[in-house]
Amino acid sequence: MDLTDRAEHRAFREEVRQFIAGHKDEAPEDTTQSYRMQPRRYSEAVRNWQRLLVEQGYACRTIPKEYGGFGASEDILKNRIIAEEFFNAGLPQTLLNQGISMLVPTLLEHGTEAQKQEWIAPTIRGDIFWCQGYSEPNSGSDLASLQTRADEDGENFIINGSKIWTSSAHIAKMIFCLVRTEPEASKYQGISYLIFPMDTPGIAIRPLQTMTGHPSFNEVFFTDVRVPKSCVVGGRGNGWKVANSTLKHERGMLSNATQSQDRLNKIARLLKEERVDGEPVSKSPVFRDRFIRLQARVQSMRLHEMRLMTRAGDGLGSGLGDMICKLIGCELNHQLDALAIDIMGEAGILYEGIPDAARDDFWQQLYMYDLGLIIGGGTAQIQKNIISERGLGMPREPRAEKE
Amino acid sequence: MYFGLSEEQRMIEDSFRKTLERNVTLDSIRAVATGCVPLDHALWQELTSLGLPSLLIGEEFGGAELGLLEMAVAAEELGRTAAPVPFIATAVMAPLALQLAGSPDQRERWLPALASGRMRIGVALAEQAAGARRNGGITARGEKLYGKANFTLDAGGANACLIADARGRLYLLDMTAAGAKIVETRTIDGTRKLSEIHLDAADAEPLEAADNWTCEHILNAGRIALAAESLGAAEEMLRRAVEYAKERRQFDRSIASFQAVKHLCAEMAAELEPCQSLVWYAAYAFDHLKEEAALSACLAKSHIDEVARFVARTATEVHGGMGYTDVMGLHFWFKRIGFNRAQLGGPERLRAEAAELQGF
Repeated sequence: MDLTDRAEHRAFREEVRQFIAGHKDEAPEDTTQSYRMQPRRYSEAVRNWQRLLVEQGYACRTIPKEYGGFGASEDILKNRIIAEEFFNAGLPQTLLNQGISMLVPTLLEHGTEAQKQEWIAPTIRGDIFWCQGYSEPNSGSDLASLQTRADEDGENFIINGSKIWTSSAHIAKMIFCLVRTEPEASKYQGISYLIFPMDTPGIAIRPLQTMTGHPSFNEVFFTDVRVPKSCVVGGRGNGWKVANSTLKHERGMLSNATQSQDRLNKIARLLKEERVDGEPVSKSPVFRDRFIRLQARVQSMRLHEMRLMTRAGDGLGSGLGDMICKLIGCELNHQLDALAIDIMGEAGILYEGIPDAARDDFWQQLYMYDLGLIIGGGTAQIQKNIISERGLGMPREPRAEKE
Repeated sequence: MYFGLSEEQRMIEDSFRKTLERNVTLDSIRAVATGCVPLDHALWQELTSLGLPSLLIGEEFGGAELGLLEMAVAAEELGRTAAPVPFIATAVMAPLALQLAGSPDQRERWLPALASGRMRIGVALAEQAAGARRNGGITARGEKLYGKANFTLDAGGANACLIADARGRLYLLDMTAAGAKIVETRTIDGTRKLSEIHLDAADAEPLEAADNWTCEHILNAGRIALAAESLGAAEEMLRRAVEYAKERRQFDRSIASFQAVKHLCAEMAAELEPCQSLVWYAAYAFDHLKEEAALSACLAKSHIDEVARFVARTATEVHGGMGYTDVMGLHFWFKRIGFNRAQLGGPERLRAEAAELQGF
């Protein structure tokens, strides 16, 4: 155990600090979080900032140079230093979206050279927005039962079916999508992972209003959508395997302890600023108790991430350690939101007239959005199956259908 | 940055685990718990030769001069086997207090004896750690101590006891001192007894250099070590629950294939997994980041007390009726977790302290 920086990392931290000092005025004001809750096209300021971060190696730093990245070798501690310094300076860090977090790692692992050349660079710069075509109305947790089909027609596939929970479909230029290409194959063998443009004829998008009041999701309908066979990633019939490598990346994106720490810090300020009968809420033993409970949880997850980084640096798989992050992290964020709302009492339910109500990431919005994250990206129940089966080696529930 | 155990620390972990696995059995726990033997001398000897009581003691006094992180690693293993030995007072808190605040003579007299396991020292700081209850409280008048110290740790069979008066001054009380009466009380954990110490004009030698910080410092250490021990106990309960669920068959299936059972195990695992980092960090902070030691100790113990209680009841539940029996012996771990929770400040107390420490 040694939590100090080695010389190389001390120098790197200094370098990051100098960059921040020299460029902090160029940082955009709109947050990544607000874009995630209400997907819309990135402002020019956001894209410029992202481009700067990619060029300097403060975003997507391990993406090879030939695909538009910085080409640094993997150094988890440097990633951590970047995250810490940007966080402490209150600056937005790399964009997080499904293209950057899910599609790019998938292409790097499974894509053809042409696919990597074409898509990675504009995606990491924030110029191309992707949406994810996985879930269907009848295929949620049981994703592999998906029915959208792609029938062979010469050099093309013809796609028919529909997808749901497709966030950003209305602004996405491209989609990565799971379809059934071998109808006669078994459930897990007949799926392929395709990438194609959202303006291909035959695609219809219908926004899906959510409880947050934002149409952040869509339904997407495919009617005789013709795409070339070259848009398969990772080989025909391998889509399940390819998608699973991507889901792992998504779960990492849905929760991280820095986000939880950020919320906890805001709540600490709220506790002291919010007053009841002239006394700050921080004097209430009940709220103190609730706050410290969550502080211990945030601290445990922050340290847990450090431990996972060290394990990864040692070349050790962390297994169970990684599997719990989505389940615990998303639930923790949800509880933090709930605490903030409760600290504010009646004001906690106002939609206007409180300082933050105009922001789309204020606490009530987060409370609902984070419940969505507990459900999305593999429900809490699916996470528990993963933890118990893959982490603890418990047997699977017998399946009703043949596989 | 390296957030993990060093090779040496892993060796300590490994040697404690192996020694404890070899020397602690359900029968040996039961023998102590039911009062058939007051102390498992063979086990105490083994742990002494491994260096448990000397771990924190300076080399000049025959100790290994290691840090609290190494002690936490050992404590986790003690919890994993529900080892029936005294520990928190005599191996953690008393040596630290003597090293910090003992006179040269006191250190010379006590530290080598503690390190070699020949002598043991109890700790009566329950009032300082968690507030006075049941007329507890010691006052000093002149050179004499008066009053009652409740819930004293590891005092049974000990040679002396570390005790504090109402002003927080620390003393070493000889267990045979005139005017001192010690009454041992059984607790839910039969292997960990508590004592009441009644003092009426008893002589005790002050630790001259002790100040409030000494008391706080050894409380932090005790809390972190307790958290580590409860973590080990909870990890073992989860391991047993998973193992039992895999073996037990009902409705022609292993019950481990039922989601109702699997999800309980997943919840335990998910809650426990980050606790390891909390313990390591608190111990590291104690050793290297003094200003964070108190808060980290409060956060670690309060959180692990809660998680361990959840695991203790849930792992028992997964065992079904067998978990409720004495045959499986699962209750020894259940009780160790319950015992530790109440020592040196329960979670509510620790959270209140944590809020105070941060200026709320």
